[in-house]
Amino acid sequence: MSRALALLLLCASLAAQAHKPSDSYLHLKIDGAEVTGQWDIALRDLEQAIGLDTNGDGEITWGELRAHHTDIAAYALARLSVAGDAKSCPLAVSGHQVDQHSDGAYAVLRFSGICEHAPAVIEIGYNLFFDFDAQHKGLLNLEYQGRVQSLVFAPEQTKQRFELGAMSAWRQFMSYGREGAWHIWIGYDHILFLISLLLPAVLLRERRRWLPVARFGDAFWDVFKIVTAFTVAHSITLSLAAMGVISLPSRLVESAIATSVVLAALNNLTPVVGGRRWMVAFAFGLIHGFGFASVLTELGLPRDTLVLALVGFNLGVEAGQLAVVAAFLPLAYFLRAGWFYQRVILFGGSMVIVAIALIWLLERVLDMKLISA
Amino acid sequence: MLYSPFPAKNAWPRPAKSRCIRPDMRRLLIPVLVCALGAAQAAPHTPRSDDEVLEHLPYKASAAEGKELRQLRRALAEQPRNLARALALARRYFDLAGAEGDPRYIGYAEAAIRPWSQAADPPPEILVMRALLRQYRHEFDAALADLARAAEHDPGSAEIWSWRSAIFLVQADYAGARAACAKLAPVASALLGTACISSVDGLTRKSAQAYTELSKALARRPDADPDFKLWIQTRLAEMALRQGRDALAERHFKAGLALGVTDGFILAAYADFLLDRGRAAEVVALLRDWERSDILLLRLALAEQALKHPSAPAHIAMLKQRFDASARRGDKLHQQEEARFHLYLLGDAPGALRLAAENYRLQREPRDARILLEAALAAKQLAAAQPALDWLRASGYEDPLYAKLAQAFKDGAK
Repeated sequence: MSRALALLLLCASLAAQAHKPSDSYLHLKIDGAEVTGQWDIALRDLEQAIGLDTNGDGEITWGELRAHHTDIAAYALARLSVAGDAKSCPLAVSGHQVDQHSDGAYAVLRFSGICEHAPAVIEIGYNLFFDFDAQHKGLLNLEYQGRVQSLVFAPEQTKQRFELGAMSAWRQFMSYGREGAWHIWIGYDHILFLISLLLPAVLLRERRRWLPVARFGDAFWDVFKIVTAFTVAHSITLSLAAMGVISLPSRLVESAIATSVVLAALNNLTPVVGGRRWMVAFAFGLIHGFGFASVLTELGLPRDTLVLALVGFNLGVEAGQLAVVAAFLPLAYFLRAGWFYQRVILFGGSMVIVAIALIWLLERVLDMKLISA
Repeated sequence: MLYSPFPAKNAWPRPAKSRCIRPDMRRLLIPVLVCALGAAQAAPHTPRSDDEVLEHLPYKASAAEGKELRQLRRALAEQPRNLARALALARRYFDLAGAEGDPRYIGYAEAAIRPWSQAADPPPEILVMRALLRQYRHEFDAALADLARAAEHDPGSAEIWSWRSAIFLVQADYAGARAACAKLAPVASALLGTACISSVDGLTRKSAQAYTELSKALARRPDADPDFKLWIQTRLAEMALRQGRDALAERHFKAGLALGVTDGFILAAYADFLLDRGRAAEVVALLRDWERSDILLLRLALAEQALKHPSAPAHIAMLKQRFDASARRGDKLHQQEEARFHLYLLGDAPGALRLAAENYRLQREPRDARILLEAALAAKQLAAAQPALDWLRASGYEDPLYAKLAQAFKDGAK
């Protein structure tokens, strides 16, 4: 078979439409007090309800559909109600298009409406086509703060009620948590600072020479102290800054963070602070907390659920941090005795970190772009 | 005139002549674009021209069908509480649902009789109508109950007993089916009575005898309605298959198809016959224009996959989209096909077994048992097919193909 013929067959088959019971597809988005929506309604059903085939030739053209746009809008919106906190949010159609679903062509209605205020509870009433089709269903997708919930309207279920508040708190918590983890993942300065402090954790410094630790427990304890100190410190400043108790200029904070990375890595080249690196982690952790706080501020802090957002974000940061540690520690412990770890990873790696952090420092102090995107 | 009202277990669409045979170049453009994206849906768009045809209705409003339907609707709209008018419209919709294979009409019919069907004690005619609509949606127990109540008022109705026997057959309740046939025989034609009882016999160890009797009864009635003849030819083909007489079965399939009545049931049965015998190319030729029907599209895709046909992936994607669409609305009308889809086209034996087992709780025709057996074998969960094995043993169903499947279970259990 020639390719063209195959394509033609394929396409002819895709044009064939399945038979299925009547559904309409309703997508509603709630954003503050604003409601926007898209409603896909089968032309077959509209023909049955209000008659679209004006010339009776068994075909519905775009011209015939267009001539009925006002009727369709009036008919459909009379059968859909959205109420926020028991007060109606009047809807108006803002546009008409068409689309294909598996059983044929659909009119696409776009509409919008305004509630009196951002609702905590939304109630949707649906009454399309139930009068003449007992099997019709309205398939609703309700979108709120990026989350979509699917529900079905049927003759025996013409109303749906959503508690947006409940949805929102959990959603916010999770979303701030994700942001926190994401920020650690893309915030190379925090990762490099942590890694710089962790690199020597699998080694012991004796008479100006590095020796591998004898037991995993020793390395683990060292890492535990460092990570805990860093966490406690940045949690303190993050909370204080987020609640507006202290605020520092971001350029100063960012420069200080770069400096902390330089110093932490330098400490691996010529050790000054040995077993008490957790104190370094704590001191500089205070600075890093201000850095996290600026991210949180950029995300926009909800006034009513500030604590929830703060805890979510912080837990996300910790989760990101733990992922870094979990990847680092077993590998470092495994490699610790060899020449490769001490020469290439510890020494070479710290050199590279110093170099990168120095460039950041320059960028941030002079407010210019060298390597950062 | 009353002919066999044996229930349509599924929807059987006819291909829309306007859409499938006469390609419209304007309409072809959109599918070509859609092709590039697989079976993905088109996005909302604004057509370029007022002349662009968006939808073909199943009939022209000006044609006789359209006029008749409009009259019936108008008559009911004038007197919404007029029982006779509501029943006439509902019956018309129910017939259309069967003829067109379009389940939309079932919803319309239900709405037409709603003022009576929701009452505590609906009139007997409404009970019968409600039963037909309920069995269409696989609410078999509720449909049987409606028919039983209706029979109390009208025990001489051939329609009621025909439907009861047919529904019992779907449930593999052969005693119930026989009892209904016994009530039917005195009130129906000889052919309908024979058709009823031989349908039961054909499933229960007596397919040779049933075959002889049914073919004799058919020969005596050359004037029978073509729809009914088609139905009988399909049953005769199935009975021949059970006796391992493939050539005879095929002659009946072909005789049925030659009647020129469009019917999805015989197409599905014949396609399965061909697929079982490795004749996939003939299935592709037979079902090329039948993508609208989920049931036939499945057979087409199975054949295309066997042949590594270029349109197989698109058809598999289409099936997926349709099963997803019915899952969204909570429908479970084609679970047997969905199970086959999972087993043979997605390679998902556990998913297929779950669907086949759920389907078998409701529908227990031979084919429902077969997919359960096949899925359980593929998923290596032999115990899950116990209900089907029990049915096979208890009914004495004779098909050699099923005997082989049962043997595979015995071998597997060792």
